Amino acid sequence: MNATTTQAAVDHADAPYEVDYLNCKKGIRHWLITVDHKRIGVMYLWSVIASFLLGGVLALLIRAELWGPGETIMGPDTYNRVFTLHGLAMVFLFIIPGIPAAFGNFVLPLMLGAKDVAFPRLNLASFYVYVVGSVMALWAIIAGGVDTGWTFYTPYSTGVSGSVMMMTLAAFVLGFSSIFTGLNFIVTVHKMRAPGMTWDRLPLAVWAFYATAIIQVMATPVLGITLLLLAMERALGVGIFDPQLGGDPVLFQHFFWFYSHPAVYVMILPGMGVMSELITTFARKTIFGYRAIALSSIAIAVISFLVWGHHMFVSGQSAYAGMIFSFLTFLVAIPSAIKVLNWVATLYGGSISLETPMLYAIWFLILFTIGGLTGIFLGTMGTDVHLHDTYFVVAHFHYVMMGGTVMAFFGALHYWWPKMFGRMYNEKLAKIAAWLVFIGFNITFFTQFVLGSRGMPRRYYDYLPEFETLHKISTSGTWFLGVAVLMMIGYLFSSLKKGEKAPANPWGARSLEWSIQSPPIEHNFHEIPTVVEGPYEYPKAGAKA
Amino acid sequence: MASGSEGGFWLPPQGSTAAGGVDGLFDFIYWLNVFFFVLITGAVVYFVMKYKRKSDDQLATSQVGHNTLMEATWTFVPLILVIVIFAWGFRTYLNLTVAPEGAYQVKVTGQKWSWNFTHPDGTVNTGELHVPANRPVKLLLSSRDVIHSFFVPDFRIKQDAVPGRYTTAWFQAKAAGEHQVFCTEYCGKDHSAMLAKVLVLSEEEFDAGKWKVSKPPEGMSVADWGGDLYNKVGCKACHSVDGSKLVGPSFKGLFGREEKIQGQDPVMVDENYLRESIMDPQAKIVEGFAPAMPSYKGQLDDAKIDAIIEYIKTLK
Ligand code: HEC
Ligand SMILES: [Cu+2]
Ligand SMILES: [Cu+2]
Repeated sequence: MNATTTQAAVDHADAPYEVDYLNCKKGIRHWLITVDHKRIGVMYLWSVIASFLLGGVLALLIRAELWGPGETIMGPDTYNRVFTLHGLAMVFLFIIPGIPAAFGNFVLPLMLGAKDVAFPRLNLASFYVYVVGSVMALWAIIAGGVDTGWTFYTPYSTGVSGSVMMMTLAAFVLGFSSIFTGLNFIVTVHKMRAPGMTWDRLPLAVWAFYATAIIQVMATPVLGITLLLLAMERALGVGIFDPQLGGDPVLFQHFFWFYSHPAVYVMILPGMGVMSELITTFARKTIFGYRAIALSSIAIAVISFLVWGHHMFVSGQSAYAGMIFSFLTFLVAIPSAIKVLNWVATLYGGSISLETPMLYAIWFLILFTIGGLTGIFLGTMGTDVHLHDTYFVVAHFHYVMMGGTVMAFFGALHYWWPKMFGRMYNEKLAKIAAWLVFIGFNITFFTQFVLGSRGMPRRYYDYLPEFETLHKISTSGTWFLGVAVLMMIGYLFSSLKKGEKAPANPWGARSLEWSIQSPPIEHNFHEIPTVVEGPYEYPKAGAKA
Repeated sequence: MASGSEGGFWLPPQGSTAAGGVDGLFDFIYWLNVFFFVLITGAVVYFVMKYKRKSDDQLATSQVGHNTLMEATWTFVPLILVIVIFAWGFRTYLNLTVAPEGAYQVKVTGQKWSWNFTHPDGTVNTGELHVPANRPVKLLLSSRDVIHSFFVPDFRIKQDAVPGRYTTAWFQAKAAGEHQVFCTEYCGKDHSAMLAKVLVLSEEEFDAGKWKVSKPPEGMSVADWGGDLYNKVGCKACHSVDGSKLVGPSFKGLFGREEKIQGQDPVMVDENYLRESIMDPQAKIVEGFAPAMPSYKGQLDDAKIDAIIEYIKTLK
């Protein structure tokens, strides 16, 4: 064991192994009715990984079709359905629930020193609601052939035969699952903290989960209202969005983005929370600017509700509305920038080890920085007019969502894997995969910035010959990503059987989840711990520990 | 590096008077991006190399958790920069969107999956917008079905065409030439084929008005021109030429056959029937089909309709 493990972990290092949460009640029946936050987290983990793989395969198909102009492997109707399903699966089934529902569920109570979340049954309900919502969504898309893109813009979406109502309903049901998880997290953070776990001793991941939960609880009802209005229009013929009935199609975009822009932060904030844990652990450093990071999460949660109109600069919305949205968009960028700079500053003077989770944290820093900086072009009205709805936007949000959230997801997966399953994976293979991800990602998406600024529109099945070379480069990058993900599946699954047994605290981290055995026992802690210091109090060289 | 009136690595050529202003702003943000990217990535790489853990028990040499001066700097410097960019961006946006008085006005109508241009004197063209160089042109956009978006990369303009309302855009082309138009709001199957061209003519050539008369392009027969229109005007989306049934009946073998009409006597397909089907599609609905065809009245002149009819005749 290394010198910096927490006192608690050292105590446990020699403690005899006790039956863990995976082994205590075996059999599928016990899993299906479990109220243990760890098991629910694990079930969520498998579900979101399945959704990610589905979305990923579709992404490979999209890029394969774009290998050359005209038809390559599928016709336009199929293509339109494939990119719609890719977007919906990635957004609603993977990224939104991903980090909070899988890792949040698992680690949040552990980090607080609690035996479970505040409402364990509601937690299980949220999982089942997620499953029902996912099935509804997949059914709507596949049976109804939804080809509207994940944004469902009216009147296109109300005019096509596909089951858009069903899909919106599914999104709403999925939203309820998020609300359940969110509500649970809020109450758990308020009520279940161990003695001594004051607000300024909360791990920053907890702050991020908390801020995310607030957004989820506040934003999802808007989706419900939109659904109700769509239903009224369809069933009762009240003109709301459909111009033929005297409605206003642009109104739909306001509703959609009023929900979906905050949802963008639901997607990224948990990833930011993970980042604070990874950077401090692998640099053995106290976080730089704890307060700034914690409060910026809350600032983001609030301001993110006021910027939706930046998706609509060319929709015909008034120039002055656009002006205000543009201004607020720049304001919401500042807290994200502060976070990045704080993480960089945290590296200063650290003892940095580049194990796999840390590699992903570095990728996050680099890629998210590109994603954030290129966002300036889009928040600026004069340049957004040219770039809006081109591949530039596609590249930008993939740098933020994949370069940010997905890197954090991979980081979290490799970081907490030993805690969740009690096994270490093959570090060498994991590092190779991480490098492949980085290289493949940049080949795929950096080219898309160039495509977009040169005028290539998004959601195009076919394109002009002048764009062919760049499309070919972009497509070839996805093969690296495909190989990397296959490798990941391989070494992670084989670790479950063959992996070395994980110690309680393989990385020498200091938050509470590392003070207990890997995998934890069913009730997490025999005795609720008493917390006497913050989560990042690493010793300094030369000082007396 | 990023731009120039000939276009560069990042941006297409500057075809309009406003493009230079957009590109200046683009360049400014671009270099700012490069600067901050190098700064941040540079710091990350430097720290990772300098503070790399060499032995298992190595501790951090600093545990600084806070530095007010630094934190204030990196809050306020970016804040000031983004306020500058914001203001610059808004001014550029106004230049780009507020048309000067007295501009030449063209009505642009989007429809699945083609663009129609109606000039002040009533001339209608599909897929080709003829404009004079060096004169401001104002576009009044609208749509017949779903939302489309009118994008001319060389002019740096883009504006949604929304059904049930008008939106506007404008540009002033710098010289005679040709510029690509894309639809950038997803609108279904042939979204990526919803293309058009802006054809900028010299002022004399434009005023002479020869471009208004529809006639086949040089060296093209009338029937071939009809085939070209079939593709460009959007008939292709609903009518095949190989006998397969799409939204509407196939054109293959149509001419000269007897057609069953809903609620009416069958008719013989001749020139008059074809003409009526295009101008007033609801007059006779073919059995087994929905009344889904839009009228092309006011959009296709006689010469074009004749050409399409000639083309249909060739499809035996
Ligand atoms: C949105 C789909 C759509 C588009 C676009 C469209 N049509 Fe049609 N068309 C139909 C449908 C549906 C019918 C059959 C119902 C009817 O008779 O109105 C039809 C019928 C016809 C007929 C009669 C065919 C028969 O079998 O008797 C002709 C001729 C025709 N269209 C010509 C054209 C031409 C020329 C164009 C392009 C300028 C065009 N259509 C564009 C949908 C379309
Ligand atoms: Cu947004
Ligand atoms: Cu379109």
